[in-house]
Amino acid sequence: MSAPTISPAPAPAASGSARPKARKPKKTGERLLHWFTWLIIIWLALPIAVVIAFSFNNPHGRFNYSWTGFTLKYWGPKLFAIPNLTTAMEHSLLVAVVATAGATILGTLAGLALGKYKFRGQGVTNLVQFACISAPEVVLGSSLATFFLQVRIQEGALTVIAAHIMFCVSFVAITVRARVVGLDPSVEEAARDLGASPWETFRLVTLPMIMPGVIAGAMLAFALSIDDFITTEFTSGSFMTYPLWIWSVSRQGLPPQVNVMGSIVFAVGVLFAIANSVISRRRAA
Amino acid sequence: MTQASEQAGSTSATETIPAIQMAGIVKEFHSRGDVVRAVDGVDLEIGSGEFFSLLGPSGCGKTTTMRMIAGFEEPTHGEVRLYGASVLGVPPHKRDVNMVFQSYALFPHMNVFENVAFGLRRKKTAKDEVTRRVGEIIETVGLSGREKRRPRELSGGQQQRVALARALVNQPRALLLDEPLGALDLKLRQAMEVELKRIQREVGITFIYVTHDQGEALTMSDRIAVMNEGRVEQLGTPRDIYARPATRFVAGFIGTSNILSGPVTSAAGGSVVILDGDGQHVEATLRDGLSLSAGDTAEITVRPEKVSIKPDADGCAGCRLRGTVTEVVYLGTSTNYNVVTSTGDEITVFVQNSDDSAELAERGADVWLTWDPRHSYVIGAQ
Repeated sequence: MSAPTISPAPAPAASGSARPKARKPKKTGERLLHWFTWLIIIWLALPIAVVIAFSFNNPHGRFNYSWTGFTLKYWGPKLFAIPNLTTAMEHSLLVAVVATAGATILGTLAGLALGKYKFRGQGVTNLVQFACISAPEVVLGSSLATFFLQVRIQEGALTVIAAHIMFCVSFVAITVRARVVGLDPSVEEAARDLGASPWETFRLVTLPMIMPGVIAGAMLAFALSIDDFITTEFTSGSFMTYPLWIWSVSRQGLPPQVNVMGSIVFAVGVLFAIANSVISRRRAA
Repeated sequence: MTQASEQAGSTSATETIPAIQMAGIVKEFHSRGDVVRAVDGVDLEIGSGEFFSLLGPSGCGKTTTMRMIAGFEEPTHGEVRLYGASVLGVPPHKRDVNMVFQSYALFPHMNVFENVAFGLRRKKTAKDEVTRRVGEIIETVGLSGREKRRPRELSGGQQQRVALARALVNQPRALLLDEPLGALDLKLRQAMEVELKRIQREVGITFIYVTHDQGEALTMSDRIAVMNEGRVEQLGTPRDIYARPATRFVAGFIGTSNILSGPVTSAAGGSVVILDGDGQHVEATLRDGLSLSAGDTAEITVRPEKVSIKPDADGCAGCRLRGTVTEVVYLGTSTNYNVVTSTGDEITVFVQNSDDSAELAERGADVWLTWDPRHSYVIGAQ
């Protein structure tokens, strides 16, 4: 799963004057930059391309590591031929959806508070958020495992969801806060002035205005949650998710279904990212 | 216009009660342990249908005063009354006043129609009435045909009109405008000044206009309150304030003014003489409530366009003062002379260029300044 674009750049205002493109001879520097840009794009896209390519592979043994022929059979009914993998994927989707919803709600509220008000403990809240993001996940995961053990909470789906909400909240809060800081506070005052109650002001004015930040935060949270391995490993008990299942079988060889599912998750993520940027372009237009 | 007649009908019974009363208003802000008095004892009465301006430099408390009327700030002491009823503790969304913000504060995710309809929809106005009233006000502000545009697709002047329409459509009991023309360029600002005055006449709503621009205030207002350091320095019509500034601050803040000071040589009949002899004579009118006697030091002011420049003062009965021209600046419609007087004061004189003849005096020339004593006022004493 690739991380979706966090905040799509607003579309440049369509200039009325259609200027004919004059082809000027390029300088060496420009040419280098051009090739370098493409090199970076290829470098970043290569692993994803391999995953997608090998989802069409027809391996002879258990290992899907060398190209042995093209097939579409794993994109059909055979996709769900491994019950454990299917269950693990379902678990991953469930956790990602619930954790995204939880983290988005909590993170949006936190981001609003941090961006709009000055309050006691604001600095500490900011610090803890960045600590959450920068702390090594192994440390975070093992601490959580210790904590759940100490307070005798049975590890499973709920502990995984709780852990995912915890590490996703900071990302949502930070993207939302960035949006809130850029808002003109008099727009909310204008809504109040025109007779909107505090709740109506939030629903009709504030929320629509911070929506791009909320959506970007939610997409980030989903992307982080669905492929999380370390924290999940520490907090899952016997609860199996997609990344955990892949790890558990990787020594015996990975079936092409793993690639197919990975490609689908990736494609859905890309679609969301494109949709988000199209919508924000429309808003901007 | 129907709105005007409705407004007139609804206010006829309450005509004697001022639209807005502010009594003993003090507003203190606390910042880092310090107490800052933004507004320090303001008493105002603003009549129904009046175009009233709060004029002053930034930080004088004018915006805070306005925000207390809107309900965004509560006074530390004192009371705000809307048509006689106290609005202390009433939140902004329950006050029958609307505000036009300096940044316009339009809702970027709504089109022009939705922006303007926002207030009516909050009051659960019937759908067809919303359509009708929004249509009317959009026409009044000259934005017909742009209902479907988003704010960012409009020019600054058009956004300004949307902000105005969005507030006016609610037919508030008073409209508060916070430096609404500040972001516009000069040409557009001048056009909007005329436009605002027209709209105000048409809808008949009380306008309270906050500005630091004396030109805007003088052009549009029925009355002006000049504010400085949280207090009202002078309250009056534009003509009063320009022609008869009450304090040194008002004289300096509004227009260009010349200040002369000197010991009072004689005081009688509401005027004082601060210089007499050697052919020179300077006399000024005392404002009500101010009394000076011989020996006090008086500060007087006279506007630059009231002073004439002459080669000699023969046959001149009014104020006359000798001086030397230090600078001549040609400004197109007028010529600006700087003169250092025999008393050592610097005086600016505007002379209308009513014909194309050469300048009255050159730099370095010795001249006489003359004016009618009715045009010089005592603004203070030491």
